[in-house]
Amino acid sequence: MSGWPILSLTTFLPLVGAVFILLIRGEPDVVARNARNVALWTSLITFVLSLFVWANFDPANPGFQMVERVAWIPAFEIGYHMGVDGISVLFVLLSTLLTPLCILSSWTAVEKRVKEYMIAFLVLETLMVGMFCALDLILFYMFFEGVLIPMFIIIGVWGGARRVYAAFKFFLYTLLGSVLMLLAILAMYFVAGTTDVPTLLGTDFPFQMQIWLWLAFFASFAVKVPMWPVHTWLPDAHVEAPTAGSVILAGVLLKMGGYGFLRFSIPMFPEATEYFTPLVYALSVIAIIYTSLVALAQEDMKKLIAYSSVAHMGFVTLGMFTMTTQGVEGSIFQMVSHGIVSGALFLCVGVVYDRLHTREIARYGGLVNNMPRYALVFMIMMLASVGLPGTSGFVGEFLILIGAFQDNTWVAFLATTGIILGAAYMLWLYRRIIFGKITREDVRAMTDMSPREILVFAPLIVLVLWMGIYPSTFLNMTSASVERLVVEYQAAISDGRPGVSVAQR
Amino acid sequence: MEVLAIFLPLLGAFIAGFFGRWIGDRGAQIVTCAGLIVSAMISIWLFNDIALGGNPRTVELFTWMDSGALEVSWSLRLDSLTAVMLIVVTVVSSCVHVYSVGYMSHDHSIPRFMAYLSLFTFFMLMLVTADNLLQMFFGWEGVGLASYLLINFWYEKPSANAAAMKAFIVNRVGDFGFALGIMATFAIFGTIQFDAIFGAVPQAANQDMNFLGFQAHALTVTCLLLFMGAMGKSAQLGLHTWLPDAMEGPTPVSALIHAATMVTAGVFMVCRLSPMFEYAPAALAVVTIVGALTAFVAATIGFTQFDIKRVIAYSTMSQLGYMFFAAGVSAYGAAMFHLMTHAFFKALLFLGAGSVIHAMSDEQDMRRMGGIWKMIPFTYAMMWVGSLALAGIPVFAGYYSKDMILEAAYADHSAVGTLAFWLGIAAAFLTAFYSWRLIIMAFHGKPRADEKTMAHVHESPLVMTLPLLVLAIGAVFSGMVAYGWFVGEGRAEFWGRAILVLHENDTVEAAHHVPGWVPLAPLVVALAGIATAYVFYMFRPDLPGALAQRFAGLHRFLYNKWYFDELYDRIFVRPAKALGFGLWQAGDRAVIDGVGPDGVAAATRGMAARAARLQSGYVYHYAFAMVVGVVVLVGWFYLRG
Repeated sequence: MSGWPILSLTTFLPLVGAVFILLIRGEPDVVARNARNVALWTSLITFVLSLFVWANFDPANPGFQMVERVAWIPAFEIGYHMGVDGISVLFVLLSTLLTPLCILSSWTAVEKRVKEYMIAFLVLETLMVGMFCALDLILFYMFFEGVLIPMFIIIGVWGGARRVYAAFKFFLYTLLGSVLMLLAILAMYFVAGTTDVPTLLGTDFPFQMQIWLWLAFFASFAVKVPMWPVHTWLPDAHVEAPTAGSVILAGVLLKMGGYGFLRFSIPMFPEATEYFTPLVYALSVIAIIYTSLVALAQEDMKKLIAYSSVAHMGFVTLGMFTMTTQGVEGSIFQMVSHGIVSGALFLCVGVVYDRLHTREIARYGGLVNNMPRYALVFMIMMLASVGLPGTSGFVGEFLILIGAFQDNTWVAFLATTGIILGAAYMLWLYRRIIFGKITREDVRAMTDMSPREILVFAPLIVLVLWMGIYPSTFLNMTSASVERLVVEYQAAISDGRPGVSVAQR
Repeated sequence: MEVLAIFLPLLGAFIAGFFGRWIGDRGAQIVTCAGLIVSAMISIWLFNDIALGGNPRTVELFTWMDSGALEVSWSLRLDSLTAVMLIVVTVVSSCVHVYSVGYMSHDHSIPRFMAYLSLFTFFMLMLVTADNLLQMFFGWEGVGLASYLLINFWYEKPSANAAAMKAFIVNRVGDFGFALGIMATFAIFGTIQFDAIFGAVPQAANQDMNFLGFQAHALTVTCLLLFMGAMGKSAQLGLHTWLPDAMEGPTPVSALIHAATMVTAGVFMVCRLSPMFEYAPAALAVVTIVGALTAFVAATIGFTQFDIKRVIAYSTMSQLGYMFFAAGVSAYGAAMFHLMTHAFFKALLFLGAGSVIHAMSDEQDMRRMGGIWKMIPFTYAMMWVGSLALAGIPVFAGYYSKDMILEAAYADHSAVGTLAFWLGIAAAFLTAFYSWRLIIMAFHGKPRADEKTMAHVHESPLVMTLPLLVLAIGAVFSGMVAYGWFVGEGRAEFWGRAILVLHENDTVEAAHHVPGWVPLAPLVVALAGIATAYVFYMFRPDLPGALAQRFAGLHRFLYNKWYFDELYDRIFVRPAKALGFGLWQAGDRAVIDGVGPDGVAAATRGMAARAARLQSGYVYHYAFAMVVGVVVLVGWFYLRG
């Protein structure tokens, strides 16, 4: 396989599937059935292809692997450049894993415009995978911004009652950041003369410029993460998005911001990163405590989980800016874990939403009586979200905190309060939905999970436990690249430190 | 062998939990009980080999986390401390498993119950065999989960739901400290593996660290943080409020988790970390004070309660306080000794209480019991044995361990040691008093239950009485037999390197040379307590009510458990909820959205509307605007000259 352009294949195969779906003609229900099947099989084959990426990946090599490079716009030194390293490879796998599960979970939930829905998801997959593989800033920018379009459509067309408001809010927030990032990319191009990522990684930008570039990238990534106080689009987007949309949103789209920090902001602007670390710490800690408290007050299941996502992503941004091996590895691990766990939690909401068509917590209660299997699945995911040792949620959180403690005890102290608050809002949610007596007839009539639904959750449960009990499989893949990131960062900082500004060197 | 002993309960839990529907109730009971009994037998063999044979070892399983300098494995550390805990956990757990077959026979989800019990046992075994702080934390949170599931076993009861949540969250508050303690340990030593830490402690003895802006003695800070975890799990004063509520769970659960094993995990932790605590005298002093206060406060609450299980729960809390102040004065051997004897007699008391509750058709209020001792003589006898051991009457197990603790506290000759000694003596009086108050109220006097219940009173079946007998044997003989190993002549050899006591802190040695009145004092106050209980509840049953009325304020204060619950509700729970709601409405909605997207959208729309109004469609409006424009323009050029 080594000679094949495997990353491009993985990236563009879903697009091929989308074209096939586009060509389907006939009776509406035949079209719907075929569209579902084509989408499912395309995404499954894509997933299998991505397993080859995993198999070919050499964890000992900290650099970019499976690199493909074609001159694209040679006049401007812009190339089609793809490759993965320890920081991005897990996200590629996460994207290709979640897409088939999303398609499977919307098998019956989506009834109108099935064809377009499936096309949107496959296009989305191409853009997500491409974004994590892109090694040219222009290429990255196209994928990064392109992702918004299918997501915007998914929320705006298949969403709930206030879907237009949510879609516009989502768009407004992300747009502002994007414009600034484009300006920053242009500025970098004028300094370095290229948009090639590995070249830019070796470029020294003057300190003043780093500050501005860092802020411009930050504007874009912070919205995506999302960090406090630019997080308010997320609860609305989640609430209105269809289940599968929420899964991708929480599972992959939020990771784009975190990935962006690790790929661009930190290694390209190390001095600015050091300068702004206190700011990121402060915003992260506020995110953890503030949104956890807000989650306590929620009456809507999806909103509650959305706020918990903001809190968990607060841990992620905290971890990566500690610039310790544990902190950075922990934040990558936490992102992958959160992708799986929050994805699964949104799927859990979807299971009951499909039956009762409400997300109001108070409408449920006592589900353990008639849905014991569902109660078990929800329990496992709830515990993973709470960060119980033995589940994936613990490993990332713990590594992040142990990294943070080495840098700043106050930050670690405040962030650790998140484990108390996290337990409070999740247990409170679980109690209200699952425990107690059934008091309503329509709740009593709800049936337990179907085999298809179990099939969706099974791989997620296996992964949550695998990542919790034997995380080495995944930590090993990231360690070499993270090690290099940390070492180069420290070197850059100590170079620039003693009073000499970078511009004068 | 070791691996089998630990993982058999997990296997049992797995089979009973996932295949309960196929193998049936009976199958689930057989699988889990058999797993536990085999595990207990292996544990006895291991105890013989490790502790008595002096053959400690560590079995590595596989890597857990490996990130930079942090390397953590799953492994089984088997030394004397572990061996003692293995015996305690597996023997009590086996008894409880068998007992549950009878006690839960009318329940409709037996496999689930048995699975939870075995799952709990597995987590507890992982906790005690941990070779590093993180695996201990795994077991620690795991038993918390099992406790949560079991308290909530009857999930239709709102009170059980609330109690389970409370247990988990209060424990999380303790774990907050534990987690920070692990981080601090890693920051100081660069490892969290026990042997590596213990080896490096003497070099770090004088090291300082910056914690929250303060320059403080590193080991003291770390030990105090870790101790916060112990306080949560072992229900020490301040973080104890969950334990009485945890009695919502079925009684076998209370016996196993909330009396004999899980709640003693904190004591085990302090003993396990004795090489760290020994170099942090200030932390040890805090442990002593907290333990002593808990022993006393819990006892004062215990003697005003009427729920039979809550009385025993407060008694458990009080006894845990004894164990902590024993550890606090460096008498770790004595703490472990009391931990073991307490496990037997407290499990016996709980299961005996369960037998009473079973006989009384699920009645738990002692005010509606009485007059049944002739009808359930075996249970009655068992409660006597348990109470005698708890009160510390000679030849019973509690006598040896509790006396040892009080002597060690006295022999510490420090202010905190002396405080612990006197509070311990006071608590010993109250302990004896409420124990016999319980016996007399539950078994003697006129029957206060209705006739239907009384007609139904019966002795429990053999599967329930047999475990009681096993535990009773432990409650009688374990003190006598183990004295020499734990705190007597053979203690150095028995503990080996599992416990470290600095020479100048060796209070167990000093305890053998205290003045003659010290060993007698606990016995005297215990007998006085028993006598008082007889006077109050047997001979002058009008006295308690009169006294309660006379000291109404004090009684209300004690009966309401020193108002801890109300206080916490007022300062933590309600403000957190209000703050969450406030931040959501005021922070997210009003400020962030108001200024951000909604504000921008509104502003845009407003400007657009105003711009739109300009286009009125009347020609004279436009003409007027043009004239004004021309005038302004010309005027401007003219003025500029």
